[in-house]
Amino acid sequence: MDAAHAVAKPIEIEAQGLCYTRGTRVIMDDLTCVFPRGRISVLAGPSGSGKTTLLRMIACLIRPDRGVLRIDGEADLAQLGSGAVRAFRRRVGMLFQGGALLDSMSVFDNVALPLREHSELGEAQIRDEVHRVFEAVGLEAVDELLPGQLSGGMVKRAGLARALIEKPDLLLCDEPFSGLDPPTVRRIEELLQHVNQSVGATMLITSHHSESTRRIADHLVLLLDGAAVSGETDALLQDDPRVAEFFAESASPAISKGAS
Amino acid sequence: MAAALRTLGARSIELLRDLGRFALFSLRLAVAGVQPPWRGRRLIREIYDSGVLSLVIVCISGIAVGAVLGLQGHNTLVRFGAEENLGSVVGLALIRELGPVLTSLLVAGRAGSAMAAEIASMVVTEQLDGLRMMSVDPLDFVGAPKALAMVISMPLLATLFTLFGIFGGYLVGVVVLGGDGGSYLSTLQDSVLFSEDVAGGLLKGGVFGVLVALIATYRGFTAQPSSAGVSAAATSTVVIASVATLVSDYFITALWGY
Amino acid sequence: MRESPRLEIWVGAFVLIGLAAIAYLSVAIGGLSAGGPGGLEIIASFDEIGGLKSRARVVVGGVKVGQVKSVALAPDFRARVTLDVDRRLELPTDSSASILTSGVLGDQYIALEPGGGEDMGGKGPKFLAAGDEIQYTQGAVILERLIGKLIQNLGSDSSKTDESDAGPDGTTSEEGSQ
Repeated sequence: MDAAHAVAKPIEIEAQGLCYTRGTRVIMDDLTCVFPRGRISVLAGPSGSGKTTLLRMIACLIRPDRGVLRIDGEADLAQLGSGAVRAFRRRVGMLFQGGALLDSMSVFDNVALPLREHSELGEAQIRDEVHRVFEAVGLEAVDELLPGQLSGGMVKRAGLARALIEKPDLLLCDEPFSGLDPPTVRRIEELLQHVNQSVGATMLITSHHSESTRRIADHLVLLLDGAAVSGETDALLQDDPRVAEFFAESASPAISKGAS
Repeated sequence: MAAALRTLGARSIELLRDLGRFALFSLRLAVAGVQPPWRGRRLIREIYDSGVLSLVIVCISGIAVGAVLGLQGHNTLVRFGAEENLGSVVGLALIRELGPVLTSLLVAGRAGSAMAAEIASMVVTEQLDGLRMMSVDPLDFVGAPKALAMVISMPLLATLFTLFGIFGGYLVGVVVLGGDGGSYLSTLQDSVLFSEDVAGGLLKGGVFGVLVALIATYRGFTAQPSSAGVSAAATSTVVIASVATLVSDYFITALWGY
Repeated sequence: MRESPRLEIWVGAFVLIGLAAIAYLSVAIGGLSAGGPGGLEIIASFDEIGGLKSRARVVVGGVKVGQVKSVALAPDFRARVTLDVDRRLELPTDSSASILTSGVLGDQYIALEPGGGEDMGGKGPKFLAAGDEIQYTQGAVILERLIGKLIQNLGSDSSKTDESDAGPDGTTSEEGSQ
């Protein structure tokens, strides 16, 4: 990966008719939606609605039973061979819910890993790159620490740093706000928005944090009953009663309903 | 009755499928292992984890087993007036059988289960998926160094177990029971042949190392992503690796022409 | 990826000690010879080799000078043993080879006794060269036959002459192994 690739070529993803069943549970039933180029899209929905599943499909970690996942109107992610998958993943950075940092390696080594594996950069250049991205995500003096020694917010930042270090065209974030206290959530939200503006990558975030969703989502994809309702956030909130209802419920959950 | 047969049939097919998956996994692991990039530093760390950390249990057990062999052997040989052959009895038993087999059982329990649990917990915390998303093959990065480290460590540990066992037998047979040290060593040397005994023992050590390595990494990689899955990976590794050791021990012994 | 240098030292020590252990077990106890004395092949034929195996020791005066390379059955039903001995050895052509046993129940080996150097027909080298055959050989002593003979002799002492009865332990059977 050459450092000259400084400008992200953001990816646009289009899902058509995705179907996915595990055992007796129908997780996706003819799911169709779009994730527009260079924008922040949030995948929202009740627990078990398939948010993480869809994210993992886009990451090519699982394949849908049926349906098409098109990137940039061309290749179908669901049909890619392993070489093509590897090439696609080079353009993707993923922030996992728990950070997914290798716990036997220091934070520095974790974030440096993609560069050490894929690039020809020398150690000095790698150090510069890692510190540059640490600064971008707001991490200081964590080089020698092990992931287990970091606070929740720092883990997310470190994971984000690792996802960003190869300047991806697509950034996937699985529940980036989970397990964080409200001030930290706000800070991560700002960070994500800042990253979107400076790096320009398409960002896909799963979240069941309705407040955060409303604040940062340019584009909203709400998963309900295996299908998706998608569009510009503000427009959806106004026009689609299901969306409004979902957000109203999330803000003050009706405990008696007993749903998920 | 029909239901029982159906279950048996389903279980057998399940077993075949599992064996097939295991074989394919092992093949991919081996291919990933021999291709560059070679993970020298990780290999060293893994040899430390499987080999060096198993030294204590191997050496202590070796002395203990050797001592028991010395005791039992002495008691039995005395009845035939052949107690100066203790060295050869203890030595042959350890070199051909007990050294490689017991070491494999101990190491499977200690290092094998730890290996499986570590890999399984990496599955739970999505660390392996993280590697995949960085276009790094977990088999190459995590699996191969661990497996190779086990293959290297096992014969070394088995030999150390054997030597400590011979020493243990010496302690009991000569120092405690008053046998003749010279006969102990000379009967040992006379009756042990490299080509028949030592080589066979080393071969067993190597084969057992491969078995434990493959089983531990497989159970780790295919673990269910939960805490129960981690512990299941660890326990099933010990069980399967132990049985595999004992069964293959028979076949190697038979084929080696003992 | 920095690893503590202590760890690497431990691993290095472990591998080194392990390999040393294997080497010790193989050479000191198992008798593996990396080459060792050898290089000169001579033949010796015996009527009976007993339990002599290939790789058995060949000694002169108690000192190991080589090993048995192979054992085969010759057309005349004698056992043809190929010895691989130290090539610097100068054995007179009238040397002899005997199969002895270490201890009473130990394994068998070949002892070479250098001859007096008598001329064996006047021509040719005075020492055994590659491919030469030792003329004087003494086969292995089979314990059962010895016992059988002893019993026979005892029997013939008590005025039974020349009757080769089968002794109580079946000495007429030609069992070569022990």
